Amino acid sequence: MNLAAQLPVLPIIIPLIAAPLTILLPPRRLKGLLPYVFATLVSWIVFAASAALLHSVATAGPISYHMGDWAPPIGIEYRIDLANALVLTLVSGVAALAFPFSYASIRAEIDDRQLSMFYAMALIAMVGLLGVVITGDAFNVFVFVEISSLSTYALVALGAARDRRALTASFNYLVMGTIGATFFVIGLGLLYQATGTLNMADLKIQLAGESNRMVEAGFAFILVGMGLKAAMFPMHLWMPNAYAHAPSAVAVFLAATSTKVAVYVVIRFIYTVIGADFDFAGAAFNWLIAPLAVAGMMFASIVAIFQDDLKRMLAYSSVGQIGYMLLGVSFGTEQGLSASLVHLFNHGLMKGALFMAAACVVLRLGTQTCAGYAGLARRMPLTAAAFIIAALSLVGVPGTVGFISKWQLLAASFDSGRPWAAFLVVGASLLAVIYMGRVIELMTMREGAGGRTKEAPATMLIPLYILVAANVYFGLNTEMTVDLAERAAVALMGDAR
Amino acid sequence: MTPGLAIILALAVPLVGMAAILILDRAPNFREAATLATGAILIALTTLVFLSVGEGARPGFVLTTVVGGLPIAFQAEPLGAMFALLASVLWVVNSLYSIGYMRAGDEKHQTRFYMCFAIAIASAMGVAYAANLFTLFFFYEALTLSTWPLVTHKGDDKARHGGRVYLGVLMGTSMALLLPAIVWVYSIAGTTDFTPGGVLAAPLQDSGPLPAILMGLFLFGTAKAALMPVHSWLPNAMVAPTPVSAFLHAVAVVKAGVFAVLKIAVYIFGIDFLSASGAATPFLWIAAISILLASAIAMHQDNLKARLAWSTISQLSYVTLGAMLATSMGAMGGALQIAAHAAGKMTLFMCAGAIYVAAHKTLVSEMRGLGAKMPITFILFFIGAMSIVGLPPAGGSWPKFLLMLGAADAGALFAIGVLILSSLLNVVYLLAIPVMAFYLEPAGAGARSQGSGGKPIDWRAMKEAPLLCLLAPALTAALALLLFLFADPLYRYLLPMLET
Repeated sequence: MNLAAQLPVLPIIIPLIAAPLTILLPPRRLKGLLPYVFATLVSWIVFAASAALLHSVATAGPISYHMGDWAPPIGIEYRIDLANALVLTLVSGVAALAFPFSYASIRAEIDDRQLSMFYAMALIAMVGLLGVVITGDAFNVFVFVEISSLSTYALVALGAARDRRALTASFNYLVMGTIGATFFVIGLGLLYQATGTLNMADLKIQLAGESNRMVEAGFAFILVGMGLKAAMFPMHLWMPNAYAHAPSAVAVFLAATSTKVAVYVVIRFIYTVIGADFDFAGAAFNWLIAPLAVAGMMFASIVAIFQDDLKRMLAYSSVGQIGYMLLGVSFGTEQGLSASLVHLFNHGLMKGALFMAAACVVLRLGTQTCAGYAGLARRMPLTAAAFIIAALSLVGVPGTVGFISKWQLLAASFDSGRPWAAFLVVGASLLAVIYMGRVIELMTMREGAGGRTKEAPATMLIPLYILVAANVYFGLNTEMTVDLAERAAVALMGDAR
Repeated sequence: MTPGLAIILALAVPLVGMAAILILDRAPNFREAATLATGAILIALTTLVFLSVGEGARPGFVLTTVVGGLPIAFQAEPLGAMFALLASVLWVVNSLYSIGYMRAGDEKHQTRFYMCFAIAIASAMGVAYAANLFTLFFFYEALTLSTWPLVTHKGDDKARHGGRVYLGVLMGTSMALLLPAIVWVYSIAGTTDFTPGGVLAAPLQDSGPLPAILMGLFLFGTAKAALMPVHSWLPNAMVAPTPVSAFLHAVAVVKAGVFAVLKIAVYIFGIDFLSASGAATPFLWIAAISILLASAIAMHQDNLKARLAWSTISQLSYVTLGAMLATSMGAMGGALQIAAHAAGKMTLFMCAGAIYVAAHKTLVSEMRGLGAKMPITFILFFIGAMSIVGLPPAGGSWPKFLLMLGAADAGALFAIGVLILSSLLNVVYLLAIPVMAFYLEPAGAGARSQGSGGKPIDWRAMKEAPLLCLLAPALTAALALLLFLFADPLYRYLLPMLET
């Protein structure tokens, strides 16, 4: 047994073991550095393993790993192809930045004694998301969804030290999240009834393109359950409060990863498990996913314009952006799917950067209202500059990842004969110009209440600027994102046939 | 140096200059020297490219490929080479003027001001040399963003509002209309390269109203061309300091807009396809209406800069009109109008700024009799106005002539009437200003306010703006006159752009 062969399991097994160990580390010695450094190192190792997996998949093709050497469909299979390697890299990459970033922010926002618990929870939340992405077993998805959700509820609730509303936000999230997970598992149950298997690839074979009421109902339950987790409009109401009141560093990680993972699951089930050639899948595309995606894009963006709380604004913006991803999926074409995957990755980069900048502001100015951003360009120039670049990326200015996403989505719209979709997409991004422009104007053109403030510490600024640089780099060099996403889309469509 | 390398440097040098400006923040004299040195190098580079294009070369290079075979690529052709040369020359002239103006006015944030200018000129170079629509869009947006801090320079409520409209209209239209149009062209033709003869003729044969729809998206998406009804950003942008208005809203920004329109008409649609498909006809009318309506509004503006802004809207639509005539002469007239209007309108703006600096007057009605105090300024203003009206011996007369020829070729006789009427309106609202300044008594100087003027100029009573604020408009006025004399070489230079 060599280690390279065990690579697929490392991103899961390492943090899973590390999480309980983190609890044992003293939270109050050495200013809480022990759990922080330990968790950060773990996240870096996980990122390295994920990047190695991506490289291996990109060059040598999909990997199938059998848990405990039990062959699928009996045993649990970890199956890594380009689509999930890409998401895996995003999640672990954001984690590898969010962990080092968290130190100053989290120490200011939660009780010192909870620090070890916090990092343990954060590792578990990460492992849950990674597991959802990596596994090739449908029921295993549910298990990991619950692992990540339960830890996330706790993480959100930790925001209560700063703002008591975090408790209701967390409770709301818990109720909605549980409903979502329940729907999902009901759907799985129905599919299991129909086929007698839970392995994704095997499900596809057993379903054999034959439709019946049970399969349709199962699919509907899965779609609704994951739609809830993905904050798909109109099931998004848990999200703005959860993001706004969670500790800032938690919001960074969640905003950049968790909804994206849920969108990935939707894509995976539609293409790999169900297969796009079902009549009802086509109907779901045209009459359910597309209209809801468009409604989400428009409605959430309009709501975002009227938010006073910056993080809520960003959260609503995320709901809108998830609309873009689902719209791309709903085209049912390779190009649309690849546009979705690209945007899934890119949006993680932009929202991560924006929430990081917001966390810096919370740390130094103690505010997250839009009005509190007045004069930020003079008060915290580095943070403000990072925020502006990330905001331009969100709007889709050329030279940033946002532009790439938009271009891909527009091209997919025109090529699939849907010019209307292209104009809806640009219409929604105009709304983004408004809500982002409003904040940028406040930052640059208004005088703030105080004078120049201390900038955020280097542990926060460096990860922030790495993400900002990624926003620009992947906006100019799309070899990794677009090319891999296109290949992933081709593979997924191949799965579907 | 090869011309290809010169193009790269033309993009890079202003950015290096920007860095130098930032470093020299504390030493204003050296900072300004950095701006001027950058400008001088830039002129040398654009001249080199200009000459090599004149010899028939089409230098270019590919910077990087971004998405799906879409390169950020540059290639110089006659129209772009002319625009780049024009912009770089006028940038230096304008920098001279800025130095005088900003110092006389003791403006704040001068370093930021010059830095943004440098980015803006780099963006303008990118627009000028863009080899495809994708690259053009890239720099078009960069130009919008880099000029926003310039428009909002004063930082007060009015500037904020102006800036909001500026960004809202320019970015809004480019994202909502121009970008989809570009992607659509890419989807239809599989390329966005500027190709002599256009790329749409073959794939869009007999495709009903689609060419017209695309043209509409392009024209209204390029709001920098200020075709009505997407013109509202331009009057609002007049809150900017005068050098910004002079350079950006007479040369770089607005000309980037009409330049893009012309390039799209000639190199994406192709003149023949544009004419055959009838895609241009509705927009010919909109351009004509734009010309007359903007002139009519300009007549009612008492604020000189506002009047010039509305006049710009009208004059820009000449270029759009030329493109939409869909004839060779129309396109050529539009191309010459880019150069002629730049020289003329910049002169006018800089004179307006000089009047503001020296006499603190912004309203036309206050300028009666001011000619005695500022004779040089008003003589320069007169030359600039002549060029805008289209009177010999100023450069503006040739484009008008060619546009009329083009209109005759296209059988659009109403366009000739529009052009004549517009010139008459220009006489009323532009030439009248220096006449008033020289021949009327200052307001409040007694009842005999009419017909008593014509006093000899009292050179001792002169109160002109600082020397730099006079030198710059003198240079552009000279350029306006030169463009009359050397229109033929320029015409011949531009001819290859119409070959298919």
